[in-house]
Amino acid sequence: MAPVMPLQMAPEGKELRVTSINAGRGLTRRLIEMGFNERALVKVLNSHGRGALIVQLNDARFAISRGMAMKIMVDVA
Amino acid sequence: MGAKNHITVALAGNPNAGKTSLFNAITGSRQHVGNWPGVTVEKKVGKYTHKGIEIEVVDLPGTYSLTAYSIDEIVARDYIVEERPDVVVHIVDASNLERNLYLTTQLMELGTRVVIALNMVDIAEKRGDVIDIEKMAGFLEIPVVRTIANIGYGVTTLMDEVVKEAQKPEHHEHEIGYGKEIEKALVKLESIIKRDTHLVGIYPLRWIAVKLIEDDENIKERIEFSPVREEIEEFLAEIDTIDFEARMADKRYEAINAVLPQVLKKGEVGMTTSDMIDRVLTNKYLGIPIFLILMWGAFELTFTFATPFMDIIDLVFGHLSGWANENIEPAWLGSLIGDGIFGGVGFVLIFLPNIFILFLMLSFLEDSGYMARAAFIMDKLMYNLGLHGKSFIPLLMGFGCNIPAIMATRTIEDEKDRLITILVNPFISCGARLPVYLLLAGAFFGGQAATVIFFIYIFGIVVAVGSAKLFRSTILPGKPAPFIMELPPYRLPTLRTTVIHMWERGSMYLRKAGTIIFVFAIVIWSLSAFNGDGYIEETEKDIDEGELLVGDGAFEGKGRFTVLEDGEGTFTGTVLETVELKSGTYEKDRYYEGIELMEEEELHGDGTFEGECEFLSDEDGGRYIGEDFTVEESFAADIGHGFGPITSPLGFTWKMNTALVFGFVAKEVVVGSLGVLYGVGEDEDRVSDSMEDDKDFSPLVAFCLMLFTLLYLPCLATVPVIYKETGSVKWTGFSVGYGLVLAWLLAFVVYQVGSLMGY
Repeated sequence: MAPVMPLQMAPEGKELRVTSINAGRGLTRRLIEMGFNERALVKVLNSHGRGALIVQLNDARFAISRGMAMKIMVDVA
Repeated sequence: MGAKNHITVALAGNPNAGKTSLFNAITGSRQHVGNWPGVTVEKKVGKYTHKGIEIEVVDLPGTYSLTAYSIDEIVARDYIVEERPDVVVHIVDASNLERNLYLTTQLMELGTRVVIALNMVDIAEKRGDVIDIEKMAGFLEIPVVRTIANIGYGVTTLMDEVVKEAQKPEHHEHEIGYGKEIEKALVKLESIIKRDTHLVGIYPLRWIAVKLIEDDENIKERIEFSPVREEIEEFLAEIDTIDFEARMADKRYEAINAVLPQVLKKGEVGMTTSDMIDRVLTNKYLGIPIFLILMWGAFELTFTFATPFMDIIDLVFGHLSGWANENIEPAWLGSLIGDGIFGGVGFVLIFLPNIFILFLMLSFLEDSGYMARAAFIMDKLMYNLGLHGKSFIPLLMGFGCNIPAIMATRTIEDEKDRLITILVNPFISCGARLPVYLLLAGAFFGGQAATVIFFIYIFGIVVAVGSAKLFRSTILPGKPAPFIMELPPYRLPTLRTTVIHMWERGSMYLRKAGTIIFVFAIVIWSLSAFNGDGYIEETEKDIDEGELLVGDGAFEGKGRFTVLEDGEGTFTGTVLETVELKSGTYEKDRYYEGIELMEEEELHGDGTFEGECEFLSDEDGGRYIGEDFTVEESFAADIGHGFGPITSPLGFTWKMNTALVFGFVAKEVVVGSLGVLYGVGEDEDRVSDSMEDDKDFSPLVAFCLMLFTLLYLPCLATVPVIYKETGSVKWTGFSVGYGLVLAWLLAFVVYQVGSLMGY
């Protein structure tokens, strides 16, 4: 079983799976509506160290700030 | 019920799915389509007739769901839920089906008549995706039409379907099963809600029940005064709504995923071109330097490329103004047309090329998709400055015009983040302020002009950022909210769309010149050409023996010249009494050429004096050509003098005060006013000359005037937008007051320190 980690700490270029979202109700709903539902497959394309990330989700690309990326838990798919 | 001959159609869909392109394809409008989230912040309405049926098409802001987070989404959601359009065209990005279909599930639940426009099929198919439209329509029980909105493909078929669908009754049969436990809760809720006959008429029962479990703010407000409110709340308290909601979302995705593999065969998804460009443009090390180079390049082009065009406009208006002044009778009409209209308006129009090029740059950056990346690149910096990552786009747009920039803040979900972005936006130097800098820096800083202007721009950014930090630590405490933003794929904007986009925004400046600036040029001209006694005419007359005259012009003859308090002049002729002046000592009965007289100096002589003074003729009298009641005594001067006590510590004279007062209307009016007040209007060089000749107008004062213009007030058109967006008189007042105080303080410090240092 691969370890669960926040998206912020996930390695670049690896296929990842969303396991849960550790956020308030509204934000969780928001992320799910944007496609970050459990089991969704994502990939970090670009991680600016301590800054924001670019994440691929299906065919969409998202810029996600560090604070947000800490709330999205993933494991390596 | 017969066939409807008037139907309303709403276009809804995720951000960047192509709603605005489709809207344009349907209505034939040239409405601009940007390539970043939040292009449509307000709904847009267009009308068109399809096979004899009048169709009202409403373009809604992009939204991921019917639960709204940001103001632009509230606009979309409220329209669909409250206004109940006859048909909702759901634009689905074919290259991103799964996520897009989530909104479909919500629309289905609402029971609205939906037609899916499967957009950008070309992109999906080029990649090798195969989508079975028939099957998709069958599973969803919703008509699906393939479209490529930007070339107008599929639009007619789509509208045929829309018309067909509009004739059907609303149907609620296609819904998602949420599993036994949740369904039981929904049934129970429905049975309670059913007793509120008022609510039942507005929304489908099941939808209300689902939204109640989802803790939807809007529905909660709706049941506030319902007779069954307590019962609903009691029931909701019994169940784990958070868990229910999560499971419901799961079920929706499950439903989508059950359908998807049967209708979509995915092609190879490798690294896209867009990803490759991103590798470079958003690179950890290269991102910021590339951004800075692009900005600098845009800035540089705005200035250098515009010069020849400016010269041409300048020349044309110079000739027109001169012609009007010389050939139109009576003289006041000639002056009104020449100095007022061609002078004031023409002077503002000189800067049109700058504005257009600036907008061209911004349009290109927006349309290409780079703008959203810039927000990503600057996120860390913005965060450290107390600003939200999404604040960056509105701030960058502010360089064009603060109005669309402030409207663009609607995509920022967090209220505090949004408010701060609105409040600091007016400090970003908009295009209308550019002419003021160009004029003043050009006149007083010569070769250094570009550097000075660049500094003013930077200064505006520093003030915006400093203010954001200040607000964060005082009135609006807290940290910027975390953000997530979809990055659209890059696309190369066509020259045509970029130019159209530029024109649409730049022409606003042109329209302003034709309307508000035109009107105010006349107002300012009138105020400077009239006083309590009527029109201040340039006269040519003989002065008799012993007569006293106060004026601004040329005197020929023998007499005593006393320069006015604020005036100066030159004398050429024979000095009749030895006099010691600041410029030197002049002996009796000797002839001098061009003696300079400064304020309140006096000289007795026989010859020609030019300037502002009291002229007391000797026994012979003399001849005078000029304005015997100068602009100094006009209404405009009264206004300017009125503000004297406030602005004199900043080194401003009445002319500048007057210009600033009118500059509230639109910042470029400052330039137009200075043009009219310095009397020569139409020609940039000549205004510069006459400003340089004004001894109160030093480079330091010019610099302070630029600073003040940058900061002092949002313009007349921006203030109502701030009010509309903040919804608060208090914050609008704060924005105006804060700017004024800040402008005064900074100009005061710069002027006083500068004066002490001897500038």
